[in-house]
Order: sequence, then C-alpha cells, then structure tokens
Amino acid sequence: MKLAELPKNLIISHLKHGGLKLKIGAFNVCIYSPIDTVSEHLLVLYGDYDIVSDNDFIDFHTVVKSPSIIRRYFRPQVNFSFDGYFPFKPLPYTQASAMFEWGLNWCIANHSHQYLVIHAAVVERNGKAFIFPGNPGSGKSTLCAALVCNGWRLLSDELTLVSVVDGLVYPAPRPISLKNKSIEVIRALSPDAVIGSVVNNTAKGAIGHVRPPTESVKLASVPAMPAKLIFPKFLDGSKTILATLSKSRALLKLVENCFNYNILGVNGFNCVSDLVNDSDCFNLEYSSLNETLLLLTDLSD
Amino acid sequence: MKPLLSTIFTNPQLALELDSNQWDYLIRQARNGNVLARLGYILEEARLFGQIPIKPFLHIRSAQIYFERFYISLQREIVIINGVLKSINVPLVLLKGSAYVVQNDTAAKGRIFSDVDILVPEEKLYEVEIALLKEGWFCNTLDPYDNKYYRKWMHEIPPLRHLKRQTSIDVHHNILPKIARFCPDAKQLMANIVKNREHDLWVLSREDRVLHSAIHLFHEGDFKYGFRDLSDLDLLLKEFSQQEGFWEKLLQRAKVLRQGMPLYYALRYTHLILKTPIPNKILQLSASQACNKLNIRLMDSLFLRALLPDHKSCNDRWTGLARWVLFVRSHWLKMPLYLMIPHLFRKTFKRMFSKDQ
Repeated sequence: MKLAELPKNLIISHLKHGGLKLKIGAFNVCIYSPIDTVSEHLLVLYGDYDIVSDNDFIDFHTVVKSPSIIRRYFRPQVNFSFDGYFPFKPLPYTQASAMFEWGLNWCIANHSHQYLVIHAAVVERNGKAFIFPGNPGSGKSTLCAALVCNGWRLLSDELTLVSVVDGLVYPAPRPISLKNKSIEVIRALSPDAVIGSVVNNTAKGAIGHVRPPTESVKLASVPAMPAKLIFPKFLDGSKTILATLSKSRALLKLVENCFNYNILGVNGFNCVSDLVNDSDCFNLEYSSLNETLLLLTDLSD
Repeated sequence: MKPLLSTIFTNPQLALELDSNQWDYLIRQARNGNVLARLGYILEEARLFGQIPIKPFLHIRSAQIYFERFYISLQREIVIINGVLKSINVPLVLLKGSAYVVQNDTAAKGRIFSDVDILVPEEKLYEVEIALLKEGWFCNTLDPYDNKYYRKWMHEIPPLRHLKRQTSIDVHHNILPKIARFCPDAKQLMANIVKNREHDLWVLSREDRVLHSAIHLFHEGDFKYGFRDLSDLDLLLKEFSQQEGFWEKLLQRAKVLRQGMPLYYALRYTHLILKTPIPNKILQLSASQACNKLNIRLMDSLFLRALLPDHKSCNDRWTGLARWVLFVRSHWLKMPLYLMIPHLFRKTFKRMFSKDQ
C-alpha cells in the first residue's frame, strides 16, 4: 500500500497518534508529528512510498514537534528527536518539514556503518551510477534535480550509500533539497517538477524539496554499479569543463566528503579505493545546466 | 513487566523467539542504554549471530563497527598517556573502561565511553597536569566556579581535552570526592594495584575494579547509562568469581575501603535484574556488612526502576520520580548539606538560565 492510496485524514491521524510508518529505500522510518507543515510535506512529496505494516521492524523512530506547549505559541519552535535523543537544537516552527529531512539524514548517516556514507548526490542511467560529492554550494543537488527531471534515476541527493560488502550503491531516494535560486532554476528547466512548500530563512536560506520520480521510488531496492565520480563546482559564468582527475587526488577528495570513513577503518579505506579505481573520476566546472546535461548524458551512453 | 533487554542479557537463547516488533524494542532499549554493541557480543558469545533477522542485525553490526573503531583509538590513546606519565616517572594506573580493555575483561566488550580515567597520587597531581598540558591537553572547564569546585572538593581535576585528537582524560587522586561520606583511603587503593605487563602500566586489583564500578554506580546521580554499568558489574562478577576465594576477598576489600553499602547494592541488583549467580551466603554476608540501616524496600523501589535501560518502554509512572530521588541522594552521599544546598541552587539557576539562550 502506498501513502497516496491512504485517505488524507487517516495519514494525519497516523502522524498524530502512533506514527506513520514509511519504507524509504532500505530503511523503515516511523514519523510522529502533529505539525501541519510536516503532514503537508509528506502528502505532497512522499506519495509513492510504501506504508510499512504494523508489526515490522522500524529502523528509525522519529518525532518532529514543539519542545513545549509554550514554544508552540510564544516564539514557536520545533524539535527533532530520534527515539528520545535530540541531535539538534530547536529550530523556528516554520522549518519543521526541513528539520524532518535533516533529522532523517542524521539518523541514516550515523547508524548505517554497513555502508560507506558519502555526502554526495547519486543518480543512475543505463545501469551506471554517477556520484557527485560536494560541499554545500557546489551545486550537487541542483545538478541532481536537473538530471532526475530528465529521466535519470534518483538514488539520493544527499547521502550516497556504498556497501562495504559488494561495493554497489544502495538507494535511499528522498525529496531533493533545493536552495535559494536553484528552486527557480529547476522550475524553469522542468515545469512538471513537483516542488513542496518553500521554507524561508533557514540556516541555508530558502529551501524547497522536489518530489522524487515515481519510477525512482519503485526501484528503491535495486542497487547500482558506480561508474563515474564527479566533483561538481558551480561557477557563475564559467564554461562547462569536465577535467579528468587523478585517482590519488580523487581518493583524497572523496575521503573529505565521507561521513563515516574514520569509523570504518580498513574497510573504509578498501571501499574508497575500490570505488575510485572502478570509476572514472572528474572535476566538473559549470554554469549552464543544459550544456552539463548533454555532456553527462553523452558520458552515460 | 521485565524489560526485554534484561531478559535477553540474562538468557540470550530467548532471542530466537522474538518477533520483529520485539526486536524493534530490544534494539531501541539497547541503543538508549548504550549497550547495542555489547548486545551483539552477548548474542555472538551464545552463537546466535547467524540467526538474528537482517534488520536488527544491521543495527547491531553498525554499533559494533563503531565500537571496533573506538577500541583501536583507545589503545593508541593509552600508549600516548603512558608515554607522558613515564616522562615524569609517575606510574600510569588506569581505571574503569580503559582498565577493562587492557586487562581483556569481558566487561570491555562493546563498552563505549568518552574519557580515559587515571589514578595518580594526590601529591603528584600538579606535576601530572602540567605534563599533560605540555603535550597538548587543555582544560575546557572555563567556569571559575566549576574549576574551584573540582579542585577543592572533588576526587579529580576538571577533565582535560586534547587539542588535536579531541580525546578526554579524567585525572583522579581518589575514587570518591574527598568530602563524600564514605571516602576510601586512596593509599589503600594504590597499595593494591596490579601490573599489566603487556601494556606496561597498572590497574586496580580485580576486587577493587568491582568495588570501583559499584561505588560509581551507586553514588551516581544520572542513570542514563545505569543499565550499562549494571551489566559491567554482572560481567566482572561472572568472570572474576571463577577464581577461588574471590567472593571472600571482595567482601574483605569492601570492609577495608569502607564500601559495604555500594557492594551490597551491586550484588543485590545484578542478582535481581540480571540474575548474576552469587552464592546466597555471600549475599547475606554482604547485607550484614552494609553499614547504614537500610530501608531496602525503598531502595528496591528506586533502583529497580532507575537501573533499567533509559527508554520509555522500560519506564512506569514512578520512574521519573525514582531517578530524581536518586539524583538528590547522590549529592547527599557525595557532599555535606552545607555545600550541597548552595551547589544545587546554583546548578538549577544556571540550567534554567542557559536553556533560554
């Protein structure tokens, strides 16, 4: 049963009592939240996700709600908790939906050491996974959204999960988080894209989430073989330049973008070096999304 | 209802009968009690590792991977600290978690903690602190009240943190505050330390390791990791009691160090909650050694709640109150009233104040 097949009032009732249980990639997530913006966010963006049956094991029990009754009305705030643990300070109430996404990222990144977890977007075409590691501002999410809107499969826009056992990338497709100008850029590029309510004034500016394609959610349990490792850099006015990157440089840059490289020890090193050896590695400077799309599509043929 | 976690710690075989909903609670209780990795080792020891359903298995493995990394870093940290103390000719005496690790005690398995605790003679405290500061540790307790409080009343100096590695060390000169009601004589502890040849350093004797663990837990004010500490005691007692004469020596040491009360609680509650095999005679002897008049039913009602894993599925309506009473009790044990009242006032105001920032 998919979320979209449930009546709206039932979904809201689940969220307010007991929790709504969704299958997100390899993870079963329970979400408890009485907040309207959170239910709206889920209704608009998570319609294609399967509901987990009541007796199944839940990987992450999450709660998004006000710290107290007072904080609901006076300078309203919202808190994220993972089974009673609060990884963050409270945020303004209006940022509840964004906080859910960040909170879930935190849960996955800190409790999934069966994977090498890379801070990277990952998409797939023709069986080839393209991994785009990058710091905030490098444009990886924008690039990821553009590719996904052009028929590429979304595996993740934020957390690339590479299995330490088989070296494959395991998907955890979630809404793609766009910041500031990127929201308009993607709207212009792909008028059909569904973008949830924009949350303003977060620490990262305005944030809008793009609904993941139905097909990508459907294939969420199918891993992909890593093929290209591309470090994007958005530079206003630059030409589109794809430059080969030496394996050794690529390895060092990749390690900087891993969440749990230090924890995995020798397995982490082997995983990173296999990934770099088996992929073609590039630096990508770009400003035109259209040019970049053509270039990457060529590369995936 | 008995929490699932203590049931499985007591009898791992029962894990085979859990449904996925129960696994869900088991993993959550173990994670919140900081014993998820240890749960893994207990199931591994019982040869059940291959039979755990994949989802809970991945969470257990994930915690173990984290633990394995922690274990390697800790070993390196101990080598570095040993080097610093050697340079000033002070023998390194490890306490608690790090001691279990170098001694290969079963209590080291899956035990994740944040500080290395060491014991040095009080007269060497200054020298040790300077040596550590020279090697890159610094004191990040900036609040002058806290700093003074530590140095004047406590059994340790403020925690030191290493500038580059961000590791933390607690330098103790005793195992209870100087002003505590039942403070042992640190010289007695030092007189009984044991050499660890493999790492070329020292640890407390077996009996003293048990007593220190008991003292720590039953003077504790925060029971976030109470279950983990209780499980430490369970593992230490099971392992050490294989040695002839261990129980008698343990009771004897408790008398010398004036720790009859924490030892009695340790034996009673490991036995009640984790079914630790303790001879009846020893339990009785230990009860008679516990020096103050015990209102054991009251204590049971507090400890049998506070020592369960800190997860909402293990709480009843009295758990919060029990933890609060024990919090106040811990201060009462650790400091005289004339110090405690201003101290608690100060802490409460500070907490209220900083919450709003």
